[in-house]
Amino acid sequence: MIAEIGLAALWLAAALAVLQMVSGATALRAAEGSVAPLAIYTRPAAIVQAFLAVLAFFLLLYSFAVTDLSIKLVATNSHSMKPLIYKLTGTWGNHEGSMLLWVGVLAASGGLLAAFEKRLPERTMGATLAVQGFVAIGFYAFLLLSSNPFERLPVPAVEGTGLNPLLQDIGLAIHPPTLYAGYVGLSVAFSLAMGALLTREVNPSFARVMRPWVLGAWVLLTLGITAGSFWAYYELGWGGWWFWDPVENASLMPWLAATALMHSVSVLAARDALRTWTIMLGVLAFSMSMLGTFLVRSGVLTSVHAFAVDPERGSFILALLGLYIGGAFTIFALRAGAVAEGKRFAATSREGALVFNNVMLSAILAIVLLGTLYPLLTEAFDVRVSVGPPYFNPASAIFAIPMLLVMAVGPLLRWRADKPARIQFEMLLIAAVLIGAIALVSFFGSYPLLPLLGLGLAPALAVAAVLPLRGRNLARVPVATWGMVLAHFGVAVSLFGMACEGAFTQERLAAVAPGGTEQVGDFSVTLESVAPVAGPNWTAIEARIAVRQGDGEPVILSPQARNFWSPTQATSESALLTKWNGQLYAVIGNQAEDGRWQIRVWWKPFVTFIWYGGILIALGGVLAIAGRVRVDLKRRKAVKLGDARRADLEALGAAAPVPAE
Amino acid sequence: MPNRLWLWVPLALFAFFAGLAGYMLTQEKDQFVESTMIGQPLPDFALEPAFAGLPGAAKADFVGGGPRLLNVWASWCLPCIAEAPQLEALKAQGVEIVGIAIRDRPEDVANFLSAHGNPYSRIGSDRISEVQLAIGSSGVPETFVIDAKGVIRYQHIGDIRADDVAVLLAELEKAK
Repeated sequence: MIAEIGLAALWLAAALAVLQMVSGATALRAAEGSVAPLAIYTRPAAIVQAFLAVLAFFLLLYSFAVTDLSIKLVATNSHSMKPLIYKLTGTWGNHEGSMLLWVGVLAASGGLLAAFEKRLPERTMGATLAVQGFVAIGFYAFLLLSSNPFERLPVPAVEGTGLNPLLQDIGLAIHPPTLYAGYVGLSVAFSLAMGALLTREVNPSFARVMRPWVLGAWVLLTLGITAGSFWAYYELGWGGWWFWDPVENASLMPWLAATALMHSVSVLAARDALRTWTIMLGVLAFSMSMLGTFLVRSGVLTSVHAFAVDPERGSFILALLGLYIGGAFTIFALRAGAVAEGKRFAATSREGALVFNNVMLSAILAIVLLGTLYPLLTEAFDVRVSVGPPYFNPASAIFAIPMLLVMAVGPLLRWRADKPARIQFEMLLIAAVLIGAIALVSFFGSYPLLPLLGLGLAPALAVAAVLPLRGRNLARVPVATWGMVLAHFGVAVSLFGMACEGAFTQERLAAVAPGGTEQVGDFSVTLESVAPVAGPNWTAIEARIAVRQGDGEPVILSPQARNFWSPTQATSESALLTKWNGQLYAVIGNQAEDGRWQIRVWWKPFVTFIWYGGILIALGGVLAIAGRVRVDLKRRKAVKLGDARRADLEALGAAAPVPAE
Repeated sequence: MPNRLWLWVPLALFAFFAGLAGYMLTQEKDQFVESTMIGQPLPDFALEPAFAGLPGAAKADFVGGGPRLLNVWASWCLPCIAEAPQLEALKAQGVEIVGIAIRDRPEDVANFLSAHGNPYSRIGSDRISEVQLAIGSSGVPETFVIDAKGVIRYQHIGDIRADDVAVLLAELEKAK
């Protein structure tokens, strides 16, 4: 019964999406000033649709929680013996469930927009919700016609066939839903951009409406990518934190576009410049989300993140992509020329720096996109290639380094026009830190170029991040500015972690007999014993490794080589020893014939800073939202007070002129 | 207006991508890497017996008589259990099957055969996947059709399902 209610809710939601689109479109057609009779249904349709889609998701969640084996999806992706938390996360650990989550978030974002956004002109709002409804229809159709999550089995299964054991991990509990919320949150930016383009209302007040949505989605994407990177780091057991895998790139590309969009929407809000560019990025960001979905699910690219690979589904998503991205870019090409040009500004100005960084971010996006799609291109000519770090690292660094340098000075510049001479002291200070750090590091050893540059840039950026606060009364600095400072400081922290990992990592791969000791950097690593252990749905070989730093107390690490059943799969569970200044990362491998065991140990100084930085960046975004919302609420209150006073005066029949605000 | 031409650039790029992706989606995706050894004679090898019950396998065992199957498997490989009944069926059709056990131990091989049946005439032990790699096999199980001159004629990758039996029989017939 639960499954049928869920399915019915989805069909109803799809019908409401049609209503939302049609009624929103009538608002657009209505003459200036008049209200189309159908238009009143747009907002309620969006809100009820959100409720139904979210309900459907929770019903599926419930079916997974009680392991309803008459539902095909549950039977193929769950198991009655699995711990409850992994039963729940199993809901989105598969194609259909994650698509339902995607649609749920899409509908929820549309519903929130319809319920709470009252600042936009009704016509723009109608157009925006119509676009949101139009996008939703496609994904409902995809879900209902080709990936029904509530499909029943003719005969209920006796037992489920499990979940990919790599996914039986708490990292999975948080990172995909966060990423999804971020990807799909960008749909609102997309719809708003299209709405504004259709009504030609591209102006600062539109930008102020769009900004919190972009910031919110961007915060979620940042957190999702950070969590995903950490998950890959400790779960895959390969010791790396970013693999330039197509699926990772699929999450990075919307983030890059959203980062650019977030900055350009701020320029639009503050200075009424970059109108077309902001619209373009708004379309691009969500297009990248959809493109990522296509790449991951169609199987056109091979990835370690094996997902539902099905060419038929691929064709369906490609058709949706053609409809939405193709349609949006066509309207953009036809309409964007009609959008009046924004305000002008000098090259040396805050806007100038932001434009430069926007271009650099877009260039990195192009690099990543090209690298991700390149195997697809060559495969069309029957050549199999795999594009990896040797391409991505230097190619993206070429644009990332100038971007980071401009990021250091950009916030110090004034809007519209500025003279470099005014910030001479700050620029010299940043340059001195940069060169000093590089000189210091080079003095102690020779390191590859990119980590070396990173080690120089990180402290320089950290100093530069707090410089905008210099000479200001800290109590009066706007919350949003604190957000910027924190996020830019987070970039420095993260960069420091990446550079240290690249420059100073020490690795030891050895075959060790129980009792044997190996040296990794400052640590002596002793393999004490190897013993079998068992968990609820796996058995494993577990090593006890005693790690001693210098003459300190030994700490026991227990990496495992796990074997899951249902489905059968072997995984490597790394063991981590986290210190304030880095992590020791241990993995156990195969047994050699003479009773020795392969162990692989890395000492990665400051590697944790990569993720701390990611969290700081996201926190900066949260502060920026909080600051903007606070300012908005204050303004709204002031407007309301003014309105009330005016109404009172009118009610009193006072002929006196309305007092100035 | 030429300065508005750039507005069409995103659409053009997307159209290119969509065309490419559409083309790739319609292409048959071959997940397996076929051995380049097909049509080539077997490399020289002589493997020790994998356990005490059967003789080992060498290139010389494939010369003369009719075509044979060469089955690359291991006792630790689960799909190999799944294909055991199909191997039995092939044996019942009079096919001679020579096994190569990959990275295996004699007692495990014996246990496997007593549990899942023994369709083999001989089993060589390939402890370091040397012969496996030399004949162009990258995983277990894989099955090769070898003709009476010792030439590799056909490669089947993965476990033999029920409907693969007829395919293998036809390939054996062709190799005569």
